[in-house]
Amino acid sequence: MNRAVIDLWVGLFVAVGFAALVFLAMKVGNLSAANGGETYELKASFDNIGGLKVRAPLKSSGVLIGRVSDIQFDSEHYQAVVTFTVDRRFEFPRDTFATILTAGLLGEQYVGFDAGGDAEMLKPGETIRKTQSAVVLEKLIGQFMFGKASEAPQPAPTK
Amino acid sequence: MLDRPLNVLRSIGGGLVDAVWRLGYASRFFVGVLMLSGTAMRRFQLTIREVYFTGVLSLIIIVVSGLFVGMVLGLQGYDTLQRFGSASALGTLVALSLVRELGPVVAGLLFASRAGSAITAEIGLMKTTEQLSAMEMMAINPIARVVAPRFWAGVISMPLLAALFSAMGILGGWMVGVRLLGVDDGTFWSQMQAAVDFREDILNGVIKSLVFGLAVSWIAVFEGYDAVPTAEGVSSATTRTVVTSSLAILALDVLLTAFMFRGVV
Repeated sequence: MNRAVIDLWVGLFVAVGFAALVFLAMKVGNLSAANGGETYELKASFDNIGGLKVRAPLKSSGVLIGRVSDIQFDSEHYQAVVTFTVDRRFEFPRDTFATILTAGLLGEQYVGFDAGGDAEMLKPGETIRKTQSAVVLEKLIGQFMFGKASEAPQPAPTK
Repeated sequence: MLDRPLNVLRSIGGGLVDAVWRLGYASRFFVGVLMLSGTAMRRFQLTIREVYFTGVLSLIIIVVSGLFVGMVLGLQGYDTLQRFGSASALGTLVALSLVRELGPVVAGLLFASRAGSAITAEIGLMKTTEQLSAMEMMAINPIARVVAPRFWAGVISMPLLAALFSAMGILGGWMVGVRLLGVDDGTFWSQMQAAVDFREDILNGVIKSLVFGLAVSWIAVFEGYDAVPTAEGVSSATTRTVVTSSLAILALDVLLTAFMFRGVV
């Protein structure tokens, strides 16, 4: 086979290979939407983060607006300090409520922001005051069982 | 009386020493190939020619097996996932298993048996027919002229082939999952995009395939260059290439996976 034809085939091969990489990056890894744009950091302390992990989504009204970038344990207050990277396009009032939610019954956990009504906005690096911990299934079941036990009817009179 | 056990011990020790000796020689050879890569880079035509033989001619087998692997993943994954009512996670399953593991590993194994064996046989036969000695007589270094271009062609081809394998596999999984079994198209892609991270998953897969490409090419050119210059020698060298590089790929995969995905999940 002569040289020019080989060059053509190799060029085609390299093009197809890179096209596959771009396909993986854009369509599979969603690089176009996830990592674009500038971000800023916010913090929040939770009593219990349940199964929240680094890189978990941060949503407001169900729309992805950032990710969890870091989780630390604060041994002074015995709380979990969660750091978020938030898309710079979105600002939140100072009385924003951060809640740990679960997608589906057994799905992954994510953080939801419910915007408050304050006129002042959170600045980069600030800490969100109002938080609600993750729902821990065991605690829920425990509460349910204690609730049931306390409202149980009096034992039937003996014969 | 003691002869037989002593002989067994002796042969084990001999084999071990021989293996270490070969490893040392192979490492020296690897450094030599790297040092003499200048020609392969300057006269890039030589390398392009080899990319044609190792990469372009491997396209068919990679594309077809990628499709089949993806289809099987789609079928098996759907069967298991729908028992838990989470058939919508099929896209995540197919994409993560292909991009992280199956793409680089299976493409590497196919590459070793399709291209690695051919490289070994070619170089071994050149040695047998004394073409390499003839080159040396003409003051052409056979490592620079024959070995290095083939080595770099393998290193270039492997990541591209692995990416193509993963992409075809995901398309195969999509065909089976969405077209055949009725998983929702939008869910398939959006769940996949939510779970697959570019840096953690895709780039690590590319790094894996690059490492496999290095290993397979190194083993292939070394076995060819080191082959006993007889018909039998070339055939056993070819076999060794396939066996050693398959084992190397699987062992390196364990190592790389332990490094890469330790803290991610």
